[in-house]
Amino acid sequence: MWVYEKKLLYPVEVGTCNPTLAKYLMEQYGGADGELAAALRYMNQRYTVPSKVIGVLNDIATEEFSHLEMLATMIYKLTKDATPEQLVEAGLGAHFVNHGHDLFYENANGVPFTATYIQAKGDPIADLYEDIAAEEKARATYQWLIDVSDDPLINDSLRFLRERENIHSLRFRESVELLKDERDRKKIF
Amino acid sequence: MDRPLYRGSYKPYVSPLDPCPPIRVKTFVLPPQIFTNFQQPGLPQYSPEEALRRGTLWPLFDDGFSREEGIS
Ligand SMILES: [Fe+2]
Repeated sequence: MWVYEKKLLYPVEVGTCNPTLAKYLMEQYGGADGELAAALRYMNQRYTVPSKVIGVLNDIATEEFSHLEMLATMIYKLTKDATPEQLVEAGLGAHFVNHGHDLFYENANGVPFTATYIQAKGDPIADLYEDIAAEEKARATYQWLIDVSDDPLINDSLRFLRERENIHSLRFRESVELLKDERDRKKIF
Repeated sequence: MDRPLYRGSYKPYVSPLDPCPPIRVKTFVLPPQIFTNFQQPGLPQYSPEEALRRGTLWPLFDDGFSREEGIS
């Protein structure tokens, strides 16, 4: 179970009325390398990995959900007051036709989220290497988001999220090292 | 047809830090059919010509959505 705190992991402030940015942020909301994919991937893998790395997957999955919430807040703030015309201008006309002012788990191109973005291979090394790759891809996505955003307040939150991906990657690398330590260990039963 | 009868509304949270000029009241459709489990016989009807244009024979079930209404 989880204990929910009614606040964001890190403050989200949006300085500029720029619904187009919301469209781009959706890549990290419901895209292949986004926070939803990350959270669901780790949350599911955690059951069957060696006991030593269950906690890492559980903790990072939980954190990814708090990142998802930050993205949702940004997208919501950028779109909630936009007229249909403004959404069309922002490239979100198709999104509006399908979802109105609701958020949805889809990428910047409007492709809906799919479980085929994630994998569970039943092999701890294969899974952890996928997780490491996912973190690096999320880091890169944040870089390109920061590059296309000229809102210093949004970029402050995006920089925070990007740095978290570096640490997640490192934790998964350490998890691989922990599993490598199991080699040659003489176990006496 | 103007029927605020078939609309609901609420006041969403508005932050002093909202980036865009906030919409203070959000409106949504509460279509007439959700208030009627079974249609009563003998309801008032549009003229055949008007019914053809409106897509319904009965004014009671015409909730009159329009772009001009500006719901979204
Ligand atoms: Fe992450």
